[in-house]
Amino acid sequence: MRSIGQSVPRLEGHAKVTGSVEYIHHLRLPGMLYGKIHRSALAHARIVSIDASAALALDGVHAVITIQDVLSLVPNPYYGPAFHDQPILAHGKVRHVGEPVAVALAVDPHIAEQAADLIHVEYEPLDAVFDEIEAARPDAPIIHDVLKPAGMFTDLKHLGGRSGTNVALDARVRRGDIAKGFAEADRIFEHTFRTGKVIHATFEPMVSLAEKQGDGITIHTASQSPSFVRAEVSRLLGWAENRVRVRTAFLGGGFGAKLYIKLEALVAVCALLTGKPVRIGLSMDEQFYTITKHGATVRIKTGVTDDGRMIAREVETYWNGGAYADIGPRVTQKSGFTAAGPYDIEHVALDNYAVYTNHPPAGALRGFGISQLVWAYERQADIIAREMGIDPLAFRRKNVLREGRPHATGTVVTDMEIDAVLDLLEKRMDWRRPFDRGTGVIRRGRGLAIGLKACISPTTSVATVLLYGDGSCALHCGTVDMGQASDTAMAQIVSEVLGIQTQSIRVVRPDTDVTPYDMATLGSRSTFHMGNAVRAAAEDVLAQVFHIAATSLDTEVSSLECVDAEVVSSRGARMTLREIMLARFAMQAGTIVGTGSFAPHYKKPDPATGQSPDVTPFWMLGGAGAEIEVDTETGRIEVTKLVNVADVGRALNPASVDRQLTGAAIMQVGFTLFEEMVFSDGQVVNASLADYKIPGFLDVPRDISAGYVEVPHRNGPYGAKGVGETGVFSPSPAIANALYDALGVIVHDLPLTPERVLRAIRQAENRPLGDE
Amino acid sequence: MKLPVNLSVNGQAYEEEAEPRTLLVHFLRERLGLTGTHVGCVVGECGACSVMVDGALVKSCLMLAVQAHGCEVTTVEGLAQRGKLHPIQEAFVHNFAMQCGFCTPGFLMASHALLERTPNPTEEQIRQDLSSNLCMCTGYVQIVEAVKEAASRLGEWRKTHT
Repeated sequence: MRSIGQSVPRLEGHAKVTGSVEYIHHLRLPGMLYGKIHRSALAHARIVSIDASAALALDGVHAVITIQDVLSLVPNPYYGPAFHDQPILAHGKVRHVGEPVAVALAVDPHIAEQAADLIHVEYEPLDAVFDEIEAARPDAPIIHDVLKPAGMFTDLKHLGGRSGTNVALDARVRRGDIAKGFAEADRIFEHTFRTGKVIHATFEPMVSLAEKQGDGITIHTASQSPSFVRAEVSRLLGWAENRVRVRTAFLGGGFGAKLYIKLEALVAVCALLTGKPVRIGLSMDEQFYTITKHGATVRIKTGVTDDGRMIAREVETYWNGGAYADIGPRVTQKSGFTAAGPYDIEHVALDNYAVYTNHPPAGALRGFGISQLVWAYERQADIIAREMGIDPLAFRRKNVLREGRPHATGTVVTDMEIDAVLDLLEKRMDWRRPFDRGTGVIRRGRGLAIGLKACISPTTSVATVLLYGDGSCALHCGTVDMGQASDTAMAQIVSEVLGIQTQSIRVVRPDTDVTPYDMATLGSRSTFHMGNAVRAAAEDVLAQVFHIAATSLDTEVSSLECVDAEVVSSRGARMTLREIMLARFAMQAGTIVGTGSFAPHYKKPDPATGQSPDVTPFWMLGGAGAEIEVDTETGRIEVTKLVNVADVGRALNPASVDRQLTGAAIMQVGFTLFEEMVFSDGQVVNASLADYKIPGFLDVPRDISAGYVEVPHRNGPYGAKGVGETGVFSPSPAIANALYDALGVIVHDLPLTPERVLRAIRQAENRPLGDE
Repeated sequence: MKLPVNLSVNGQAYEEEAEPRTLLVHFLRERLGLTGTHVGCVVGECGACSVMVDGALVKSCLMLAVQAHGCEVTTVEGLAQRGKLHPIQEAFVHNFAMQCGFCTPGFLMASHALLERTPNPTEEQIRQDLSSNLCMCTGYVQIVEAVKEAASRLGEWRKTHT
């Protein structure tokens, strides 16, 4: 029985279609209080006073918690993965609209909501700044008095104590001699591209519960990072980690929203202060004020020789991090260093700035900053190609990074074949076929794009595989299944090693009291990192099983294999796993425990140059091709064909890989064509799925497909790499390049709303539309 | 103040009461313990809370519990019969037509409602009809495949299960 490479249906499929799958969304605890957050109405202001008397007078209200209460328990109430800059509740001032200021706790959610509305806060408004370029200027209003790096990342330590700036991090890459490169170039292209803010819109809104148990606390939370939550809550409370238990269930979507600390510290403090279990669940509109994707401004300058070779590239990116850093500084550095794209360019200078603004905090959203950069460099690639009279695909072939060549960081590229991805794109797009662009009101165009990501490093995963007394098997791993089918993939790995049917393996939900450490479920790291840990844990079990069988059967370990839950010797002797357990424990009982861990090798980049010989455990490469129709009278784009392809190393579960790529493509279609948070003085004016439209059935292109190439990665489990994010890299520029192909118009900003497209069309026709 | 809510859910009769402001979705989940119906956006956009009320597809966040007084309600928990999955449920598993699964009960009910009305829908009908519901994960393509497969098997299933 071989499991790897099989499209095994997801293990929890039956539970999901019968409505019996567990989400934290469902959890109610005896005697619990419901918390409702009172949020800031201003983007930047000092808090003069908080009056909770009317709220407390309401029947059923148990307490109103403010930062003063929090401070009695947590003297230093600031948290965050990169900077300890975010208070559990607003402390002295608010830095964005929607910032939690107080929590009303009541026996009923309606009462809690009513009470939260009755809390009165008096503010003294401060100047606010929203744009990332303006916020980076020296005369901008300062959002944090002093920078407070968390200490977890050594390359941020030097920022400690810095004041008078909103730039939380400046990260650079220098390769070659950029001035020389531009001097030698025949043509120089310079553009500025922007992307707005969008959100994850997870359908299970964020939800956390906490309950005090003995001298510890249990936090039940819809989180992608239970290990981080445990560490951070322990740090805040000054407790040992073993007093904090963090457990999750299946997640109703994550996409990076449910990472690090969101509600967990607040709900823990509320439970400890009241002595009662507390639940805080957000509504969809509150999610718009909790975490977003980074908006970004990317200035990109590229020097090209007459034969179409890119020889110099300078990219300056300002990342709109919002009011709190969250993981923004990591996005800035870890994705920022790929800003030159999947290209072999001799002279490179990349500057990335993580900038505080008075918007809601920005963090990770499927792709970790990559799609903002690909938007810029792949849009520019088509402009260069057209100006130089080169076919866009040929231009890319001329410039891509190939095996054995150094990336801009100096790390030599291995285990990635861009040419194979380009070949697949060419085939799926039928690129050589003549293309009818039309002549009437509706015009047609086609475009393609490729994008590169470096999986973040260094991170660690640990797994445990258990064989129970009856020979059945369980896997303890901290990877959170939020829809990506990680449970199934991990069980397939155990199945492959132990010869046990995938469907019969129990994957235990992440619970820090039970499952070993895992850095987090993010950045497409789980298949590679946890996959390797799970494989090692299963192999550890197998070694123990073989040792027992060899003794019982009086044979050599080397003569044994495990097939269909039986150990078979080369001479044909057999023992079931059940018999192995009996042999080991002299009764049908006991547990065999196998452990495995994985942390890739890694070399920290030089802070001055960003150079590292080993900057990532694996490269992720995605490509997309799009055909569109654009209505020249309304500016409306219809994507008629979308092809999304990736280099996946090896597809452990081909159906799941295909669905990840397709789901990612449609998500990115939303970010490309219409999704955008609209702000007014820091207030999100479309904070509801009624006003912030995500893609629906009718937005799906008629012709949509996913494809992948398999170039087994030498260090991946069975050659696999991560694929959760790869599908979002390229659709946006592919669609915009198709618009450029159709009409020659350049749109610099996402999303490509009809109005924005129409304005660009009319601009190109020299009859611009007036202001709205 | 509470008002009576006597209704049948998945064939079982309940005599309950609810505050007038209680939404049907909250009533089903909190009062009857039927948590298969999910609360997503609560503004009638996402469809994660879709149920059938007297044979019509309803977003249960847009209906008050008291409005369901005297009605027959079917939720996702009522789709399987005698422990056997309904073809639409089987087809969703078989076609990988879900990822996180949070929207899935709503899509199952919407698909069920479509197939009750239109036993052999065209692809266009499926897309138009199910556009009432949203999914953040799948990209929808496999949901179409699942509904088509369910349609092809539904006649056979009805003979033995209704």
